[in-house]
Amino acid sequence: MFKILKYSFFDLTRSRWLYIYGAFYFLLTVSLLWLGGGLSKAIISLMNIILVLAPLIATMFGVMYYYNSREFTELLLAQPIRRSHIFFGQYLGVACSLAISLLLGVGLPFVLYGIFNSAEIWNFSMLLLVGLFLSFIFSAIAFFIALRNENRIKGFGLAILVWLFFAVIYDGLFLLALSLFSDYPLESFAIGASLFNPIDLSRILILLKLDISALMGYTGAVIQNFMGTLLGMACSLGVLVLWVVLPAWGIKWVAVRKDF
Amino acid sequence: MITIEKLQKSFGKLEVLKGISLEFQRPGITAILGPNGSGKTTLIKSILGMALPDKGRICFQGEDIKGGWAYRRQIDYLPQIARFPENLAVKELLRMIQDLRGGQPDAERLIRLFALEGYLDKRLGTLSGGTRQKVNLVLSLMYDSPLLILDEPTSGLDPLAMLHLKELLRQEKERGKYILITTHIMSFVEEVADEVVFLLEGHIHFQGSLRELKEKYAASSLERAIASILQEGKLAFSSNGHGEKAAKLVLGG
Ligand SMILES: Nc1ncnc2c1ncn2[C@@H]1O[C@H](COP(=O)(O)OP(=O)(O)OP(=O)(O)O)[C@@H](O)[C@H]1O
Ligand SMILES: [Mg+2]
Repeated sequence: MFKILKYSFFDLTRSRWLYIYGAFYFLLTVSLLWLGGGLSKAIISLMNIILVLAPLIATMFGVMYYYNSREFTELLLAQPIRRSHIFFGQYLGVACSLAISLLLGVGLPFVLYGIFNSAEIWNFSMLLLVGLFLSFIFSAIAFFIALRNENRIKGFGLAILVWLFFAVIYDGLFLLALSLFSDYPLESFAIGASLFNPIDLSRILILLKLDISALMGYTGAVIQNFMGTLLGMACSLGVLVLWVVLPAWGIKWVAVRKDF
Repeated sequence: MITIEKLQKSFGKLEVLKGISLEFQRPGITAILGPNGSGKTTLIKSILGMALPDKGRICFQGEDIKGGWAYRRQIDYLPQIARFPENLAVKELLRMIQDLRGGQPDAERLIRLFALEGYLDKRLGTLSGGTRQKVNLVLSLMYDSPLLILDEPTSGLDPLAMLHLKELLRQEKERGKYILITTHIMSFVEEVADEVVFLLEGHIHFQGSLRELKEKYAASSLERAIASILQEGKLAFSSNGHGEKAAKLVLGG
């Protein structure tokens, strides 16, 4: 599996897009830090961007890599290699290269700015951690969808739809539900609903860390009561791990049942 | 070496293999024949575990291959359509497969044989069809596995490369290997094959030696024998379903 990971990784490092993605983060972070004024402001701005962009790019990379490497996959399938290792290797290759782009693109400027001497280090770490989670989660979902759809247009469309759902539509439905049922106590609903959306969950984790949940209004305060605790934090991280494990398990499930 | 029991495989509604039982227990060259779309590639991919049977069992050296992967170490496979990562150079691809598979392959000899030295640094996407096929052959023949499965090895080869291929097959056979080949070139079959398996409409219509095949159909050449099988198959097919009337018409019954 590690050999396949290695080949997928090096294959991707030849891709221009990976560098563009990393460079975008780098320039953005540099300008936010040096021109925008201050660490905590930069972290909040970056959060808003990473929460949308990391899932989107992971989705596109996951789908495209799967379809573009089908020849490689076919060659591998005839070799004495476990099927699940082939696909996990490729998936991890995608996820790791995205993770490294993110780490370098966002991390380097912060290190140069002197994050290690700042109290913001934990907020920053949470931001990076969440960004990494989102990259792993959405590239797994994308890989799963691509595996299930031979037709690349359909696979691509579905994967983007899933991203759109979690990044945009979900929040809309959530707000709609909140305003429709504003007479009822909705705390547990709010908490429950955020668990089912990795992007929301990530946002909450960072906001809690930043201690500005007042920005999220009443439900925000309730959520803070639950998730602000160490237990809540651990639960949320656990759910994010589940969000990686479930699609990864789905990849395996489809891969061992598919004809090539 | 291989035992196939009542293998069934459909793609959606299309039943490709309808219960095939086969055994390959003697070394030598077996040609798997049949018209386009008769399921030859599907059968081969099932043996490799790339296509997964709906029903039935495939045993390799006595063990069910279901869910297995290590047995593929004993198989060299030439796919019908040579699909390679287009951006890799020939050399890189060879190195990659060697790295992934391990062992001690002998690519040099084959590269020389097929005169590929000048192409090693070329990207696979830029190669001509026949050259791709030669690379395909090098990749699949460079290991020394006991079972060789070649899906249309002749396609796109020039006469010289074809000669080399026949010579290679003869050598491998003499070394006691099991070799499965599909092809549509009957003269090639007549020259190299020991056994023939004929697939039609999802069933095996004949398995035996070339001589037996010709004798059974009282045919002077392989082509004629196959024409007879096809005719027989058409009748069998039409009499087990909707084609009954049509068959009667044709037969004048
Ligand atoms: N992955 C697949 N999905 C759907 N149908 C398939 C798939 N693979 C093969 N088929 C169908 O199964 C049938 C048998 O295909 P197969 O490739 O085994 O034929 P073949 O005997 O190798 O033909 P040829 O001589 O043209 O190579 C064909 O009708 C083909 O369209
Ligand atoms: Mg075929």
